[in-house]
Amino acid sequence: MLAHTFFFYFFSGIAIFSALMVITSRNTVNSVFFLILDFISVGCLFIMVGAEFLGMILLIVYVGAVAVLFLFVVMMLNVAQQKQSWFIGKKSTHIPSGLIVAIIIFMELLVVIGGWKYKDNVSNSSSLVIDKDISNTHAIGSVMYTDYILYFQLSGIILLLSMIGAIILTYRRRENVKTQSYFKQISREKASSIELKEVDFNKGVKIDD
Amino acid sequence: MELAYNMEYLNLLFNEVYKIFFLIIPVLVSVAIIVWFDRRVWGLVQKRRGPNVVGPFGLFQSLADALKYIFKEIIIPSSANKIIFILAPIITMTLALVAWAVIPLSETLVLADINVGVLYLFAISSLGVYGIIMGGWASNSKYPFLGAIRSAAQMVSYEVSIGIIIINVLLCVGSLNLTEIVLAQKEIWFVIPLFPMFVIFFISSLAETNRPPFDLPEAEAELVAGYQTEYSGMMYAMFWLGEYANILLMCAMGTILFLGGWLPAVDFFPFNLIPSPIWMVLKILFLFFLFAIIKAIVPRYRYDQLMRLGWKIFLPFSLIYVVLTASFLVYFDLLPEKDF
Repeated sequence: MLAHTFFFYFFSGIAIFSALMVITSRNTVNSVFFLILDFISVGCLFIMVGAEFLGMILLIVYVGAVAVLFLFVVMMLNVAQQKQSWFIGKKSTHIPSGLIVAIIIFMELLVVIGGWKYKDNVSNSSSLVIDKDISNTHAIGSVMYTDYILYFQLSGIILLLSMIGAIILTYRRRENVKTQSYFKQISREKASSIELKEVDFNKGVKIDD
Repeated sequence: MELAYNMEYLNLLFNEVYKIFFLIIPVLVSVAIIVWFDRRVWGLVQKRRGPNVVGPFGLFQSLADALKYIFKEIIIPSSANKIIFILAPIITMTLALVAWAVIPLSETLVLADINVGVLYLFAISSLGVYGIIMGGWASNSKYPFLGAIRSAAQMVSYEVSIGIIIINVLLCVGSLNLTEIVLAQKEIWFVIPLFPMFVIFFISSLAETNRPPFDLPEAEAELVAGYQTEYSGMMYAMFWLGEYANILLMCAMGTILFLGGWLPAVDFFPFNLIPSPIWMVLKILFLFFLFAIIKAIVPRYRYDQLMRLGWKIFLPFSLIYVVLTASFLVYFDLLPEKDF
């Protein structure tokens, strides 16, 4: 089992290191890259414990889509490198509120971890019967749309709502913007766009438009 | 006991390493040949000869080019973010090669026959955008950055429709394993019942690999060479190799999902003697020929047209097709039964 242990510590080491680098690196773009590295190593950990479906979905959804958008926004905003290090130099006004949030999350974690008793057999602690012979893709698929359809639909609706909210917040109708209509461009014909005119010498021609 | 187990593990590891070499070297050689093939087709369409000087029929042209790139100087712009600048082509190339681990060349000839093969391929191809976006950003120059932004948006949008097309195929197979996807096509290749999906998959893979008519990230008239502008020497060559390896990968994916993988096209006497990897290679070549021909005959899309095509046409159409496929399978009771 040495190799398995080695790879476990390898991936979790990278995950913890990159998670630390996300909050300490001064360049925001580097932070996002470390976040991606974190996602990838957590995905590898998922695959190591046999949850290959979850690991792949993590890669596809978080690394392939969400983090690209993060990167996109951070690059477009062009948040310049912070000149001061995050704890020396100019005093930040955000530190007290950040500390409060951090303390609350830490207390919550304490409650959750302190209240958790390790069960001898984790799969028995749930009412769900897990068949060890089928792959976890089949296992997830067989319960997701049957027993848990309500939760599935609810989370879908929450996502839809947040999407609509984001669009409403950012959408603004701009005046005097020229748009191109494919239909108009393609249906343009010679008769409606070209007109031949006789041009008299030294008089020119008047084009009414 | 523990030691014996570890020795066995190491032994396994070394076995895998030599298998990996036997996979990677043919892939790299075929990338070199495919570049030559691409240029040759392109030339013949335009009534030129294309590369025909180095070696027989100019076959060694790519090798000569690679040699040239190796001896060129690698220039790193002084204002570039050096680590990410160097990392970008490496990531492009590595991602294009690791995806080949799950491609089955015959029923037994596959490096890693994993349960979630399709998801793995999809995940790797969605990671491909990072090489480009990192290269574009790290160059710290306007054309590469614009190219990277364009290509990131483009690849993310077309991935969505590719994902939904894959769902169509998976509905007919009932498994995420690539070998099983191919075996499910013994009766009929999916290109026939799912023909519209095949067309959309093909066009989306053109966009996914930044090939013409969707090569906006490197539109030379507007962006010099897009995200590759600041790259030179071997680093440029790695981008270029990774790009072609990705194209080859998309062709292999199309072959597995729609053209019946290694299954023979005509299953009677003289033809079923041909070994299955050759069928696979022939089908990949056929798809690549379409890629090459399209590069030569189709003009480039405008960017808003490209986005409209992805989000307003392909996405709804493939979603409707998922509903159609699912209803058809349920109504005629054709859903794949799995004895798990």
